[in-house]
Amino acid sequence: MSANTKPDTLETELANASRRNFLKFSAAAGGGLLLSMTVACATADPTDSATDLKAAKASPKAPVQMINLYVAIAADGTTRIMAKNPEIGQGIKTMLPMLIAEELDIDWAKVTLEQTDAETKWGSQIAGGSFATPNHWIPLRQQGAQARLVLLKAAAAKWSVPVSELTTGPSVVKHAASKKSIGYGELAMEAAKLPPLTEDEIKSVKLKDAKDFRIIGKSVKNWDNPRIVRGEPIFGIDVTVPGMKYATFTQSPVFAGKVVSANLDEIMAIPGVTDAFIVRQVGTDLMGLLDGVAVIGDDWWTINQARKKLKIEWDEGQWKDQSTASFNKQADDFAKAGKPQGVLAGTTDASWAAADAAVNGAAKKVEAAYAYPFLVHAPLEPMNCTAHMKADGTLEIWAPSQNFGPARSMAAAAAGIAPDKITIHMIRCGGGFGRRLSNDYVAQVAAIAKQAKVPVKMLWTREEDVQHDPYRPGGFHNLRAGIDASGKIVGLTNHFVTYGQNGKTLSSATMTPNEFPFGYAPNVAYGQSIIPANIPTGPMRAPVSNAVCFVYQSFLDECAVAAGKDPLDFRLELLAAGKEPPKAEPGRPQQFSPKRMSDALKEVAKRSGWANRKSLPKGTGMGIAFYFSHQGHFAHVAKVKVENNGNFRVQKIWVVGDVGSHIINPINAENQAQGGALDGLNSLYQQITFEKGRTKQSNFYDMPLIRMNQAAQVDVHFLITDNSPTGLGEPTLPPVPPAVTNAIFAATGKRARSLPLNPKDFAWT
Amino acid sequence: MAFTLTINGKTQTVDVPGEMPLLWVLRDKVELKGTKFGCGVGSCRACTVHVEGVATPSCVTTVAAAAGKRVTTIEGISESPIGKAVQKAWLDIDVVQCGYCQAGQIMAATALLAKTPKPTDADIDAGMPNACRCATYPRIRAAIKQAAGISTTDTREV
Repeated sequence: MSANTKPDTLETELANASRRNFLKFSAAAGGGLLLSMTVACATADPTDSATDLKAAKASPKAPVQMINLYVAIAADGTTRIMAKNPEIGQGIKTMLPMLIAEELDIDWAKVTLEQTDAETKWGSQIAGGSFATPNHWIPLRQQGAQARLVLLKAAAAKWSVPVSELTTGPSVVKHAASKKSIGYGELAMEAAKLPPLTEDEIKSVKLKDAKDFRIIGKSVKNWDNPRIVRGEPIFGIDVTVPGMKYATFTQSPVFAGKVVSANLDEIMAIPGVTDAFIVRQVGTDLMGLLDGVAVIGDDWWTINQARKKLKIEWDEGQWKDQSTASFNKQADDFAKAGKPQGVLAGTTDASWAAADAAVNGAAKKVEAAYAYPFLVHAPLEPMNCTAHMKADGTLEIWAPSQNFGPARSMAAAAAGIAPDKITIHMIRCGGGFGRRLSNDYVAQVAAIAKQAKVPVKMLWTREEDVQHDPYRPGGFHNLRAGIDASGKIVGLTNHFVTYGQNGKTLSSATMTPNEFPFGYAPNVAYGQSIIPANIPTGPMRAPVSNAVCFVYQSFLDECAVAAGKDPLDFRLELLAAGKEPPKAEPGRPQQFSPKRMSDALKEVAKRSGWANRKSLPKGTGMGIAFYFSHQGHFAHVAKVKVENNGNFRVQKIWVVGDVGSHIINPINAENQAQGGALDGLNSLYQQITFEKGRTKQSNFYDMPLIRMNQAAQVDVHFLITDNSPTGLGEPTLPPVPPAVTNAIFAATGKRARSLPLNPKDFAWT
Repeated sequence: MAFTLTINGKTQTVDVPGEMPLLWVLRDKVELKGTKFGCGVGSCRACTVHVEGVATPSCVTTVAAAAGKRVTTIEGISESPIGKAVQKAWLDIDVVQCGYCQAGQIMAATALLAKTPKPTDADIDAGMPNACRCATYPRIRAAIKQAAGISTTDTREV
């Protein structure tokens, strides 16, 4: 059943959109609360077009009253709830307000949602780590409950009865004894005049019993969908500011190269180009502001054409010769050396030697070298940002970012002004996947706006996006395991070869020192060697896990085969050796639970028909994998059909996950889980390589995205357990690549140990 | 150079170089921002519009090639009963994640249904080349079938 009771015809949605704008304008006029409306379209949410705002101005004004930071209520009961986190497609703009609405006890049909600006009063404003659900599950419900108490107090004062005699229904306060009831809208004016709640009152607020939830657990469609299907301007690339010019920014193809000279005069002579200048590096971060050349003009296509005549001499620096070939050679040398440069936390030199000896003395040995490449995030909306440096020294930025703390500090450093001189509007992102945790493009436009002295929208090409990304780092794992006669692991070592500088790994180029089965089997030891590299890297959807899960869940499959055991049973036996962690309080990080994972494995086996897989036709196989990441316990089965020539099709992926006691917005949760799982297929096909210090790939023809015909069916099932809810943006991805490659092995006997896959390797007769 | 374009039924003239892609004329000259830039090479198809009813990547279609022809963008797609049905199905199924590719997907789906009113899964695989980085493909598939008034069950071999 859907809690979204709004009729969903386009006409009605359009009416609702107008109502939203109307409310927004009234709120600004009534209290001057949250919006900084300096230019016609500079609303807190430029997803609302200037035209709509003009229409709103003509509408009669309903008084809108602030109940607390998040909640404002109009006389007709329409309730505006602020959405504080960046929307990158994960559905957070809809989901976080549901938590507030639930405890406020309102009728969802009366809700209107509004994106906040980036401001410290909203706390952390980041889309990352699948943290939004666990971090807001209690605090935002408390905000809703506190707003409800304010309304109760207003009704109590009006009727001269104690708050304790009052109850609420959807958007109504009731007094049972006198059979009185009053709508939230009618109370709003008085409620807004009440003094702020005292500390004691705030402490006295009780959250709803879960059995009384009316909104949490009901499907609410994504708020912005009507505007998206109509093609309304709501993304960063759509932002338009009066007097705005367009900008391109050309960076060195070798990371962090310096501009020696550029033919700026020639470029400026091209019709349509209004300005061209050099921007200098600030700081040392490879994903910060680096040297480049800005070209400014009247429309983007014209300046992008003009840029083709740009001649820049670069000082490419000491890293100009780094290459994938050289990295691979160094990785081979490390593997041949056998002993890692150092051991990871939890392993000692002595435990490494003991594990090595245990493997050597085992009845059976399994040895395998795994590798995975660098990857690019490539959200579909290319990097862009709009900024206006004003005469008074303040800077206004319209940023499609997923990480607003660094957006502000980096823009301030780039523009050479104090962070509090910057107003930042949070703009919907056309995809994130971790790319927009890095704010290099925000810093760039801040620096450009400072020199340009007019509002500018900077936009990258796809080629620039592919060649200047905080890449998912590649890596190499040299694994050895010993299996005893009963089929148990008696020792396991991994010499992990990664990338870094001065003994420090690059961002996200790590592995967990206690990676499973550490602690679940005897004599497990991990060591690491580092290839020197100067590549920008950063978190990509399920960072570290998205790579390491492929390695470990594949290698465990190899161990199961060596042990002569069913891959499911082998995993369940390993998990049975583990101890349950103490149960986490809500809001505290949840640890890996072997029981929760075992339950997910058993359920996915049941749903996929794992037990009957022997009856599959030749060339078709099933593979299983599990992973705990971002506090989510997930187990997947993939079914893959491999043709004789090795071409394969992933037919279906079964996803079973445990993310706690509630699936807050089921219709969106399924979408996220399916998308995360299918995103895992991308890594079977993609790679980023380097030559002469620069990225070789440039666009979707050499960095493919999966398309409709490659998108497997995805069956999603959630186990409901007595744990606080956790996030879903990331944990469905990691088990996909190994589930697929394990299925290919089941179908063909061919084991994939490196990505991307080469179908020729899977040819069978 | 002046080019006369018929966009969503409205005839207008733009003064731009003939090799300027239709995408940038739409976005930056005609101020129709619904058509999206994704790759610039006709691969991702976020920029899909209809030229004479045919789904066309506007990032590799010059304004000169589009001049004099009937161009439909996402902003005008609800004028067609099929387009309206597709938009409604997109809302009913809650297809969208980030939403950036969806205008192009809706344009491609509308063109597909105009030609193939009751598409099979194979028709959808062949007729929907557009990339969705969020991989909302299962729901796009279902929404196309819902708009076509056929069962939304995925009938591909499993």
